[in-house]
Amino acid sequence: MGITRRDFFKLSAAGSASLMAGEALASDGAQTALNPNSLGVLVDTVACIGCRKCEWACNDANALPTQDLKAFEDKSVFARHRRPDAGAYTVVNQFSDPRDPSKKYSMKIQCMHCNRPACASACIVGALQKTPEGPVVYDAWKCIGCRYCMVACPFQIPAYEYDNALNPQVRKCTFCATRLSQEGKKPACVAICPNEALTFGKREDLLIAAHSRINASPEKYVDHVYGETEAGGTGWLYLAGADFNNTELPKLTATVIPNLTETIQHGVFKSFVPPLALYGLLGLIMHSLRAEKNGKEESRHE
Amino acid sequence: MNNTEAPAVMPVKYFSRGTKVLFGIALVGMAAYVYRLLFGIGAATNLDDQYPWGIWIAIDVASGVALAAGGFTTAALAEIFHKEKYHVIVRPALLTAMLGYTFVVIGLLADLGRYYNVWHPMLPSMWQGNSVLFEVGMCVMVYLSVLYIEFLPIVVERFKGRVNLPGPLHVFNRLFESVLTISDAFLSRFIFLFIIAGVVLSCLHQSSLGTLMVIAPTKMHPLWYTSISPLLFLLSAIAVGFPMVIFESILASRSFKLKPELPVLSSIARYTPVLLGVYLALKIGDLTIREAWPYVFEGSVQSYMYAIELLLGVVAPIVLLSMSRVRNSVKGLFVSASLVIFGVALNRINVFLVAYKPLYPVKTYFPSIFEILVTVGLISMLVLVYRFVVVNFPVITVPNGHVLNAAVQPERTSVVNINRIVR
Ligand code: SF4
Ligand code: SF4
Repeated sequence: MGITRRDFFKLSAAGSASLMAGEALASDGAQTALNPNSLGVLVDTVACIGCRKCEWACNDANALPTQDLKAFEDKSVFARHRRPDAGAYTVVNQFSDPRDPSKKYSMKIQCMHCNRPACASACIVGALQKTPEGPVVYDAWKCIGCRYCMVACPFQIPAYEYDNALNPQVRKCTFCATRLSQEGKKPACVAICPNEALTFGKREDLLIAAHSRINASPEKYVDHVYGETEAGGTGWLYLAGADFNNTELPKLTATVIPNLTETIQHGVFKSFVPPLALYGLLGLIMHSLRAEKNGKEESRHE
Repeated sequence: MNNTEAPAVMPVKYFSRGTKVLFGIALVGMAAYVYRLLFGIGAATNLDDQYPWGIWIAIDVASGVALAAGGFTTAALAEIFHKEKYHVIVRPALLTAMLGYTFVVIGLLADLGRYYNVWHPMLPSMWQGNSVLFEVGMCVMVYLSVLYIEFLPIVVERFKGRVNLPGPLHVFNRLFESVLTISDAFLSRFIFLFIIAGVVLSCLHQSSLGTLMVIAPTKMHPLWYTSISPLLFLLSAIAVGFPMVIFESILASRSFKLKPELPVLSSIARYTPVLLGVYLALKIGDLTIREAWPYVFEGSVQSYMYAIELLLGVVAPIVLLSMSRVRNSVKGLFVSASLVIFGVALNRINVFLVAYKPLYPVKTYFPSIFEILVTVGLISMLVLVYRFVVVNFPVITVPNGHVLNAAVQPERTSVVNINRIVR
């Protein structure tokens, strides 16, 4: 994959240092490990009590349409599985343990802040970027509104402001990136969680913590940290008391999604050689056949 | 009449009954387009967070690009491989491509939430070499410019030595004349560079369109999810190029009461079964290797659509066009060409819509009336502009010895004729 770094687009983009940083991270794949300090959150659905305070805190922190904190105590919303949308970056859903349907687990859903985000790889203008700190952030100013990111996301997270005619934006959890840049601040949802179902920290540390929780009480958890390998690894990780297949988290392999297209893409454009070779070849054919034709015409005239 | 064949302006009235109907449809389409701009995508379409792409992408953009492929395949055949007899179809194919891509962009703008940022991919600070869409966008943008440059000689031919601007504007006659002379000198020497570039750019983005959905492995139906999708897209685009030329040429000759260029058309039709055959072999081989045959018989909408796409759109035209009787009849050619066009368009619709299975669907997507009106309106508008151009520029070649309908003199044609500014 080393050669892909020399690919034309990136060479030409050398002028823009910030973009280079973003792309180097995005294109080097498995070889370049994630920044070891990259942040994440561990969601423990066994510890989660489904209070929905995180929903309120998120709406509040991101100036999303909201209600009193009290209104979020309403449990009737659990009747169906909700999805995050343009007006709510996170929602809490409930699912039951198939072995014991009376046992309910609550699961908070939001952007997973993938290690190798498909949305960022897809984005035509780099409006979505994986920051070295961990959050996958969106720059509305760049965005052209093509919604390819929505097609690409394996968790189907990005939502769109379809009802905004002039200034629609892609909407998804920001990992409170601006809050995190302030010293000592946690994401709003983590800060409000009363039961420590959400743990914020370096992804590497969270993985260790997750496995030790499983080891400490194997009767409470399934032996699977969702997001450790899924889609090449995600910044947000999940623990559950029952098989993840019963949750709305999609079943995914460890395939790094962007690699699927980027290998094709960078193969075709390897240092811009294949297109130029095709150009040269066609030029050669054009030239030699023209000479041949002219020769024929001359002999006809004689 | 001259004995050597040369493209000529079509001496017909611009307005016919058909054109008026198309104007009506185009106007309604334009109104729907304006509605989208004023009230947003949410109000105008049935798209939602589950289905971010609808027919504007699948038909206006993806099928549009594929069906405009005649431009580059014909250019390659006639200009690069110097098959002289095909020169008569170069200009119509070029015009189709030029207008086709123009309307692809207009259609795309309707779908872009922030259409006013459409130029952003050109800014080096926003280049994103990992994005397939970035490559498609750049290639389409550059190719569109190349197509306009390739069309310039036709404009030059029309106006050189004949510029006669109306009224006070005539002081600019000399200036325009010299601009035309310079472009003529430049173009006749360097146009070949653009012709080759057009072919390379086409190969690049036709295939990359096929790479787009490879990023969504979990949302695509296995019948269409394959990593050779870019190759399949490229091959089918090449295969649909000539049928598109045939289709149009027959329609144009009927509309302008010309004799169809049967020898040329039957001759290019020979390539089609071969190209489609390779495409079919790859499709079937790929299906076999991926062990995806069971999905063909699973009885879902997807499996039926796949069967229709392959049997009607690929197998049938291969069989038909392998018969010389079919290739040598106007009707046979027209039917077979239509089938190929249908097959490739359906393939694009299948890949971008039918195969797309959102993870959390609430309802299935079906285009809204506004989406349909915009799409149909854009197609009508394309036909109208096409007619305008061939009535005013030498695009279509009149077959040897054919007498043009003398009843309609060019000077007497309607206002939609630019003869006033030509001496
Ligand atoms: S979950 Fe989706 S939106 Fe979030 S980073 Fe991953 S690919 Fe992007
Ligand atoms: S909608 Fe915006 S953020 Fe999403 S891929 Fe397109 S340009 Fe990028």
